[in-house]
Amino acid sequence: MEKKLIVKICTGTLCYVMGGAELQLLDEQLPAELLAQVEIQGSPCLDCCNREDSQGAPFVKVGDRIIASATIEKVIDAIKNELNA
Amino acid sequence: MAVNNAVLMRRELLTRLAKLYNKGELELKIDRIPLELRPKGSQASRCCLYKDRAMLRYKLMALLGFNIRDEEDELTPLSEYVRRAFERTEVEREPLTVVDEVCSACVKTNYVVTNMCRGCLARPCMANCNKGAISFENGQAHIDHTKCVNCGLCMKNCPYHAIVYIPVPCEESCPVGAISKREDGTEQIDYSKCIYCGRCISSCPFGAVMEKSHIMDIFKAFAGPKKVVAMVAPAIAGQFKAPLPQILGAIRELGFDDVIEVARGADETTENEAREFLHKMAEGQAFMTTSCCPSYIAAVQKHMPEIKPFVSDTLTPMQYTARIARERYPDAVLVFVGPCLAKRYETYCDPNADLMLNFEEIGSMFIARGIDVATSASMELEKGIDSTSRGYPVTSGVMNAVKTKIGDRYEVRPVLVNGLNKQSIRELRGYAKSCPGNMVEVMACEGGCVSGGNVIANPKIATRQIADVVRMSEQE
Ligand code: FES
Repeated sequence: MEKKLIVKICTGTLCYVMGGAELQLLDEQLPAELLAQVEIQGSPCLDCCNREDSQGAPFVKVGDRIIASATIEKVIDAIKNELNA
Repeated sequence: MAVNNAVLMRRELLTRLAKLYNKGELELKIDRIPLELRPKGSQASRCCLYKDRAMLRYKLMALLGFNIRDEEDELTPLSEYVRRAFERTEVEREPLTVVDEVCSACVKTNYVVTNMCRGCLARPCMANCNKGAISFENGQAHIDHTKCVNCGLCMKNCPYHAIVYIPVPCEESCPVGAISKREDGTEQIDYSKCIYCGRCISSCPFGAVMEKSHIMDIFKAFAGPKKVVAMVAPAIAGQFKAPLPQILGAIRELGFDDVIEVARGADETTENEAREFLHKMAEGQAFMTTSCCPSYIAAVQKHMPEIKPFVSDTLTPMQYTARIARERYPDAVLVFVGPCLAKRYETYCDPNADLMLNFEEIGSMFIARGIDVATSASMELEKGIDSTSRGYPVTSGVMNAVKTKIGDRYEVRPVLVNGLNKQSIRELRGYAKSCPGNMVEVMACEGGCVSGGNVIANPKIATRQIADVVRMSEQE
């Protein structure tokens, strides 16, 4: 079996409060064929936030790529991109 | 609450405010916040940067706990309000305030003729308007807003669908008609009708309806000589991606001398609710409704007088907890941490509780202090709290607790009112004559407190986490 693409959703408090909480529903909204190819993980603070201001939060890591101001749509696009690359 | 930019902006403002306070620079720098968020050269979200900044300034005024309408001089800097906030000894009774500058964006007349109007010969819009509000200018229909009564006949009769309905979202969402426009187009809240459900706050796309925060009063309490104790609603268990003991630990880290779970008070609510139910049934009463949702209680008082005799007299978990906390800490400042506006009002009215922090506010305080809940030290949970008490914040949670307590002493026939809206209020009123069960649980928010107006987590996720906590406490 092919190695799955790792999707890490930051569940650090800053990201979670600044909209990251909604990303917890990613698995429900990801089309089945994509869902089969990824592994979704919650992750503690990804260290992308500088903790000084919330610019860019919430963060998600798709493979090695960091997605800032992540929304479910943005993450799905990024997943498609990575899988096609 | 569904997350959108208006919600995130409120959290951003709260976070910045708390951060400046923590650095001791609030008075010095608060007036810069609107400039930092809308710097020169950035894109305005409304007409211009200056208006955006003015809106942010007013929102900050609300977060400092002030009524925006009380502004006497537009040139009074926010720093002055910071000073006043530290001087005040009382928070305001009515928890809402409206940013008038923002809300005049909604038009009073709900019907608008669009460019699709072909200026047809038949002109059924004009022919059907009983008020003579429609005239034609340059071959297109025009609605005279001084005559229009929002009946919608023009829209129904236009063969080209050229007339559209533009709602006023806050008014549309209010289940009791408590918010309406003044002559000048700004919104006013009629507190003789308001049930503190908070829908107007969530529904306004501009975030114009704001809660007057107690955050400054809490900072002041931290700085003062008294102990400060947090009483945390059970809904908190679903709000962060961390186990409950850590969430409570993180709250403590903010500077609270003690953190008490409101589930403790829920134990008493269950106990008394069960006793009262048995008593009422023995007396031959047709049914009893729960009483823990303050929005529902306000709705009964203001809109459903016929239901009053059926509401239980049992106190809410928060009220019992505040009593317990007051006994333990006679001189402390008691801060309730909860999910919604209705609970802010309840806190205000309670003789023991002093201040209220909602989940968004506490989340912003975490960020401002750099506290990551997932790495906070756990606080030991109080022993002996019933597992059903931790399940209160989800629809059917209270019913389940009380029903379990009653056991086979009486046959409970449950009715769940999951969310107050125009229709459920109508149905509830009908129960006075004939009720389909003998115990009615009412929660103003669909899904329960996990869907409260100031929650952080998506209610689905929160519900799952609450279920986990209940399961965990069952095994205890
Ligand atoms: S909390 Fe998400 S990157 Fe730090």
